[in-house]
Amino acid sequence: MKWDSLDTWTVVIGSFCAVACALPGCFLVLRRMSMMGDAISHAILPGLAMAFFLTHSRLTLVMFAGAICVGLLTAVFTQWISRFGKVDRGAAMGIVFTTLFAAGLILIRKTAKYVELDPACVLYGSLEYCVLDTFYLGGLEVPRAALSMGGVMIFNVLFTLLLFKELRVSSFDPLLADTQGISSNLVHYLLMAVVAVTTVAAFEAVGSIIVIAMLIVPPATALLLTSRLFNMLILSAILAILSAFAGHVGALVIPEMFGLRGTVSSGMMAVVAGLLFLIAWLLAPGEGLFFKLRRRNPGRGGKYSKLPEEEF
Amino acid sequence: MLAVNRGKGLGFFLTVMFLVLGTVIAGAQESFWPEGSYVWKVITLQTYNSRLVILSSALLGVASGMAGTFLLLRKRSLMGDALSHATYPGIGFGFLVMVLLGGDGKWLPGLLLGATFTGVLGVLMVVAIRNTTCLKNDAAMGIVLGVFFGFGAALMRMVSDLPGADAAGLDSFIYGTAASMVSSDFLLILLVTGGVCLASLLLLKEFTLVCFDEDFAASQGWPTLFLDLTMLGLVTAVTVVGLQAVGLVLIIAFLIIPATAARFWTDDLRVMLVLAALMGGAGGWLGSSLSSLFMDLPTGAVIVLVSACIFGMSMLFGSARGVLPRALRHVRLRRKVGRQHLLRAIYEILEGQQPDVAEPIRNLPVDLAFLVAHRSWSLSELNLLLRRAQTEDHLEDAIEGQVRLSEAGFGEAARITRNHRLWELYLIRYADIAPSHVDRDADLVEHVLDAEVVGQLESELQGRPLSLEVPPSPHFIDQHAGS
Repeated sequence: MKWDSLDTWTVVIGSFCAVACALPGCFLVLRRMSMMGDAISHAILPGLAMAFFLTHSRLTLVMFAGAICVGLLTAVFTQWISRFGKVDRGAAMGIVFTTLFAAGLILIRKTAKYVELDPACVLYGSLEYCVLDTFYLGGLEVPRAALSMGGVMIFNVLFTLLLFKELRVSSFDPLLADTQGISSNLVHYLLMAVVAVTTVAAFEAVGSIIVIAMLIVPPATALLLTSRLFNMLILSAILAILSAFAGHVGALVIPEMFGLRGTVSSGMMAVVAGLLFLIAWLLAPGEGLFFKLRRRNPGRGGKYSKLPEEEF
Repeated sequence: MLAVNRGKGLGFFLTVMFLVLGTVIAGAQESFWPEGSYVWKVITLQTYNSRLVILSSALLGVASGMAGTFLLLRKRSLMGDALSHATYPGIGFGFLVMVLLGGDGKWLPGLLLGATFTGVLGVLMVVAIRNTTCLKNDAAMGIVLGVFFGFGAALMRMVSDLPGADAAGLDSFIYGTAASMVSSDFLLILLVTGGVCLASLLLLKEFTLVCFDEDFAASQGWPTLFLDLTMLGLVTAVTVVGLQAVGLVLIIAFLIIPATAARFWTDDLRVMLVLAALMGGAGGWLGSSLSSLFMDLPTGAVIVLVSACIFGMSMLFGSARGVLPRALRHVRLRRKVGRQHLLRAIYEILEGQQPDVAEPIRNLPVDLAFLVAHRSWSLSELNLLLRRAQTEDHLEDAIEGQVRLSEAGFGEAARITRNHRLWELYLIRYADIAPSHVDRDADLVEHVLDAEVVGQLESELQGRPLSLEVPPSPHFIDQHAGS
């Protein structure tokens, strides 16, 4: 295994991205909206295409604006269809994001002559290549993606810390939040906007595999290990960094073992996150399968039995 | 009533479909569009190139519409998404195994077998996570989806570097390439569609039972787990054969959009199943025709957009649960309630003006001021109600500031008041509601009393000399309640 500064940057960018995803992801898991991350990450495709179509620029700000619009639209349409059409929320979400994704595919196909917006890029990402796109910051050679993902991560940390109380109350008890003067609806849409921003930033930098995995897997693992919200946030961030590091190491080591050239780091990061989840699932103190079987008390539900009731 | 509504809705749906088709054909005259005769040829399968793709897409639509119906009714729509993403590493595995065995690695049944394997594994993982941890369904699906797909991406890149193997085109399973379909793919889809239809028909009763009341089904000794797995098996089969044509991202749309759209038109599972199959088939047919007319459009995406249009129309106009018919029913009910309130108010005022209780009530003009005071109507509300009553011939012309019921209106008012009183008496006698409170409670139900229920009420309340007269009110009516 050869390790150079590019590998360090890959891990750093991957960690930034993973932490940026894991923080809002905690609230998605608690609100039983885990699939929203997947939905938004697919649905932003037409937003990006439209933003490009209208402005003919690939300015990051324009892309962000397009993504936020479509991310919010996904949430709003889902809400409408499930409320006015009395459709199961999961089905409503599935319909909205696939339709938007299909529209995005067609838009991109139509504009593909002018853009290098490759649809395959959305899902594959290019963590390997983004480290090559660098610029000088105070004498230090820094990848552009490190700056953008670092910015998004700091934004998400601030968002989580500043709105901690609001997010907590509205996640566990939206009605209580409303009576306390915190609009749970507003918090919901803010969270969706944050997820959309994170997704599009990651889309530009590293591809969306890592987003789909990191939004849910580290928070879910953390939820098995602790029952306090603040600890859950910290733990999920640690798990996210761990997955990014071990994932990249795995991407370097495993193909070498079989004599292959290499693999996708973001994919391996998702796999490591899954392995960490598996370990927690089996061995978590108290909640783990191992202890449960030993106690011969395989109960369902448990800690968060008061999660919002909606079925996804 | 319902049957008529359904017929109307279906008629409307067909009309809209014809209009869309008409626009496509009419628009064909312009230079942007392909020639009209060519459009017709494509849609009616006369062109060799697109025939196979269109037929396959339509068949796939039929199969996925049926399988999706059960997915939707089990509230597992997004399970299809987790499933389809979980098939991705299986394709890599299939390729790997076949290359290691010395094949060329791109033999489709082998790839699909691998996809089935990891897809089923993913579904089992979702169920296991949900049942043994505090995590809910959504998180379980999110975990499986993210991790399996990530693993798939990593595996794909690894196997593409295998010495002596050509993995180009394997990533077409993400977005699907319907245009590359050959006749063996068509046969596979035909086989799966036939299987899904057969299973849905043979196990219809059992599936219905499990969908609507799983616990009851279990208590009756049905193997609910087996039936549940069979339903998921149908979904898996459709997902796997659909991978090549529409790709793993959009196959979920094939599964849930037709089923959800069909749900707006009916409350009957059998009808829903047929409608979902028809809508899925129509979406596949039209969508793939359109995409073969405009060569550079991806087939799966166009089909999804066509299905989304069908869904949008169904959501708006669907006769059973559509937004507009529901709103219309709501408005009709409100009007009916308003009319009945008005007529009963006039009748009660007439009663109050009657000096002798024993004499039959006479139809006299009533002062508007009394009417305003009788219920808490605002003047504009009352005017609206009066105007409507006028058009329904329930009112006759009277001098300014007075209203007078027509012959028909008077009869209707007596009937409504009688129903109201009957229901009140019933509530007082059998539901132990105090006479002073019964008016409001009766109000909630009286507007939906039909002749049959009134007949039952009459027989329940036998022993009172009711006949066809309006019984006296069981409580005091304050003529100035609203003032």
